[in-house]
Amino acid sequence: MGLLRLFPVQASTFAPDVDHLLYFLLAVAVFFSLAIFCSIFYFAIRYRRRSENELPRAIHGGMALEILWSVIPFGLTMVMFTWGASIYFNESRPPDNALDVYVVGKQWMWKLEHLGGQREINELHIPVGRAVRLTMTSEDAIHSFFVPAFRTKQDAVPGRYTTTWFKPTKAGKYHLFCAEYCGTNHSRMGGWVYVMAPRDYEAWLSGGASGGSLAENGQKLFDELACGNCHKPDGSGRCPSLSGLFGKTVQLAGGATVKADEGYIRESILQPQAKIVAGYGPIMPTFQGLVTEEGVMQLIEYIKSLGPPPGAPAGGIAAR
Amino acid sequence: MASTLQEQFDTEAQQKDASTLGMWIFLITEVMFFGGMFTAYTVYRRAYSDAFAVASSSLNVTIGAINTAVLLVSSFTMVMAVRAAQLGQRRTLILFLVATLIFGGIFLGVKAYEWNEKFEQHHVPGPSFHLEGVPQQSHAQLFFSLYFAMTGLHALHMVIGVGIISWLIWLARQGRFTAEYNTPVDIAGLYWHFVDIIWIFLFPLLYLIDRHLPK
Amino acid sequence: MITAAVPEREDYLNVSHGLKSWLLTKDHKRIGLLYLATITLFFFLGGVFATVIRIELLTPGGGLVSSETYNKLFTMHGVTMIFFFLLPSIPAVFGNFFLPMMIGARDLAFPRINLLSWYLLVVGGLFALFAMLAGGVDTGWTFYTPYSTTYSNTWVIATALGIFVAGFSSILTGLNFIVTIHRMRAPGMTWFRMPLFVWAHYATALIQVLGTPVLAVTIVLVFCERVFHIGIFDPALGGDPVLFQHLFWFYSHPAVYIMILPAMGVVSELVSTFSRKAIFGYRIVAFSSVAIAVLGFLVWGHHMFVSGQSLFAGMAFSFLSYFVAIPSAIKVFNWTATLYKGSISYATPMLYAFGFIGLFTMGGLTGLFVAALGIDVHVTDTYFVVAHFHYIMVGGAIMGYMGGLHYWWPKMTGRMYPEGWAKLSALVIFLGFNLTFFPQFILGYLGMPRRYHTYPAEFQILHVLSTAGASVLAVGYAIPMIYFAWSLRYGKVAGANPWGATGLEWKTASPPPLHNFDKIPVVTHDAYDYSTVVGEAVEVG
Repeated sequence: MGLLRLFPVQASTFAPDVDHLLYFLLAVAVFFSLAIFCSIFYFAIRYRRRSENELPRAIHGGMALEILWSVIPFGLTMVMFTWGASIYFNESRPPDNALDVYVVGKQWMWKLEHLGGQREINELHIPVGRAVRLTMTSEDAIHSFFVPAFRTKQDAVPGRYTTTWFKPTKAGKYHLFCAEYCGTNHSRMGGWVYVMAPRDYEAWLSGGASGGSLAENGQKLFDELACGNCHKPDGSGRCPSLSGLFGKTVQLAGGATVKADEGYIRESILQPQAKIVAGYGPIMPTFQGLVTEEGVMQLIEYIKSLGPPPGAPAGGIAAR
Repeated sequence: MASTLQEQFDTEAQQKDASTLGMWIFLITEVMFFGGMFTAYTVYRRAYSDAFAVASSSLNVTIGAINTAVLLVSSFTMVMAVRAAQLGQRRTLILFLVATLIFGGIFLGVKAYEWNEKFEQHHVPGPSFHLEGVPQQSHAQLFFSLYFAMTGLHALHMVIGVGIISWLIWLARQGRFTAEYNTPVDIAGLYWHFVDIIWIFLFPLLYLIDRHLPK
Repeated sequence: MITAAVPEREDYLNVSHGLKSWLLTKDHKRIGLLYLATITLFFFLGGVFATVIRIELLTPGGGLVSSETYNKLFTMHGVTMIFFFLLPSIPAVFGNFFLPMMIGARDLAFPRINLLSWYLLVVGGLFALFAMLAGGVDTGWTFYTPYSTTYSNTWVIATALGIFVAGFSSILTGLNFIVTIHRMRAPGMTWFRMPLFVWAHYATALIQVLGTPVLAVTIVLVFCERVFHIGIFDPALGGDPVLFQHLFWFYSHPAVYIMILPAMGVVSELVSTFSRKAIFGYRIVAFSSVAIAVLGFLVWGHHMFVSGQSLFAGMAFSFLSYFVAIPSAIKVFNWTATLYKGSISYATPMLYAFGFIGLFTMGGLTGLFVAALGIDVHVTDTYFVVAHFHYIMVGGAIMGYMGGLHYWWPKMTGRMYPEGWAKLSALVIFLGFNLTFFPQFILGYLGMPRRYHTYPAEFQILHVLSTAGASVLAVGYAIPMIYFAWSLRYGKVAGANPWGATGLEWKTASPPPLHNFDKIPVVTHDAYDYSTVVGEAVEVG
């Protein structure tokens, strides 16, 4: 540790990847800086002006050199690009067994909700060694979920879902920041991520749950809003059945198709007319203003929990 | 003729070349300016094509087509004005400039009528906005926001153009243009045609493009 | 008052007198000086904001000012420095003053439009100043929606209008430069005989003309959104807040090159003059300016790697960003190669050129870090990015600006600045700059987010170092203000060509006559042919 750290702790699987790329870039940067600084110093001293009338012989250039110092840096930058892009690719592909956590940013706090219904503000408790997937949005301005120790950052944008994931590798307490400027108390919008040993995490989970899991709360909301009047499980209602919907490819009026992911369900609740399922009328009213972002997340978890209706062909249901 | 040559130039030809090039570059900046609007339009038309189709179909094609014709004719009269200026025909020049001015005025008048219609039909974005046949009102409202922003900016350019042509008429009446010196008429012509061309893009994008889709 | 050199000779400064002769001037040289005065004021103002910011950050818990005030301070620092200092700095002052002289013209193609550009900058500046005095603006200079359109209660519209108007100043300056370069070159001044300063300004003008209108239309949309709430950027109405970021960076990334390309042009002049050698690979350096201008339009998405844009878009923008690195690197290599077997003088402008090359190299190399997707996800919106762009903007653009100011001061005023003081302040600026911004790279990688009024205590040491550096930097910038003013009266009278430089601007008197040349020169040599200026040649190397 010491008084002055130069590098942040590595607490996720991404951290060493990112740091290794950084070391490579640092090496390249130091090499080229030194090469240029030393050349300048050497030339400036070796060829300093000794009399006012000096006239050096003009050298107009050399194509071989120009090609050399274009091609070599270009090759190096392509290494940087490929390396950086491969990390980015991994960062955007959460594993299937990831633990889901929902995140809502608002001025100026992070609201987090676990599948079991545990809610947190400005704190996130997660187990070590397990991939965690965050699905996030914002209620107002754009925010950005940033955990330096994990080397991950993702904007939370109002009106849509963004996702990110990480796999903590080291138990501990790490800074959580909002990295996208969002107004007066932007610098206070943050807190801590607690990475816990699995047993501690289980203990924390059982202590924190109050009033049902996310899906159970979603079901309550589903009933309160009387969604089931139209969305009947057997498909006999005026609206499509939601059983086994999640992950399926949906045929829309007009011929297009869409994958039923979190973003699609969110849109269908808040802007139901945006995408109409083939064979149904545009009759659903909007629930914008009636359901909070957290409510939408609960509804999504409820819909995810709905199994396929009895006797449905298994092929239509995506494995999750 | 020395009076029309500014001191930084060596010859009339150089001065005319410079002015023309300057206007062309200015028009390029205008393309980029409208380009930002067209980008926004494209993004939202792609996202909300159904609402945009209905909103687009609610516009009055007949009026739009008439205005397109008016503007094309005004471009023709502008060309004739430029030609008259190059030939040094003062009376013809003034005649065609006035004609261009009138057609420009008609366009703006028709546009004002059309906007007023939108107010009456509650097609102006705001709390009382309503468009029949669109379930997601806010998407149709986006179309009309862009409609007003784009046609409004175009109309602003027309107003500036009308101002420039009035100024040219005033100069022409004083006999300032000759067969040798007519650069202002020439570059004003470039500007006028450019504003026309913007409309040639706006008309199909806003009025025509979604007509084939189900209402 | 600027007084002319002792022998009474008519020059552009004494040809007419009185306030009106300045405010209604069509002389590109006087307009250049009007710009110089204007942007110096804005630089001072932006510097004051920066000073308060750095003092505030001495302690982690805030306390000097409130969070609201702090947010306004960094916003106004950014707005002032970018839109009212850096964007106009080199093009509007030195470009105005010297571009026509370097190509052997009597003035720019459109002198009245040139004066109009200055007035537009002043009017835009007054709007922005009004917004600052009325209560300030707190959106950050980037004006991200929906914060700027829906949630901020500050003077967004007045500030945006100021930027809008100042943008037209930039467009008209660029338009004037392009036409002037195309149509006003002296006999014999072919494209490949033009000084690299002119090439750099040509490339800059392309960006000003193509990019700035997109900023203008973006501001119009923000204005409509804020006033009429039309929903373009509001997700509740179906709008897309990220569309703003696309439009904004489509201009604002190329705008970085509006700030750095002219400085590169200045450095090309300085390196050549003070090593008395033609620039190594003249054509390559010339074309690299144009390449930077063109490629600069294709990389805006690299500001948005964590905004939720698609994986493919992120990769494409990262890939393209590396292409911009190559022409920039080529320039640095060519400047260094120019020194080889030269006759190198350590005059102050050359010290600034050395400083530029060193700091720009570091700024450019750290650009490779932020272009790498995996690293950018971690460092974007942190002090790493802040340090990176200050190395380019302050270490690059302002170093170039200061170098140019010292280089051309004798031509503009007819007086020399005091060399000893100038060397001292160059050194102080260089050291102060590095102490201010180098710690910010470390801070950023550690995870310190930008635009933070308060921060965790573990970051304090690095912040204190940075603030210490900023105070050194402030002293470094104050010294030149004093000695430049002093030199107007007491400086040594400069000859027509005190540096033994080759540009046409040195072939006329200092200060130049009203129309620059007594007789329009006929150009017979390439740029940087020192055999034409050094009397008795003594071969070296």
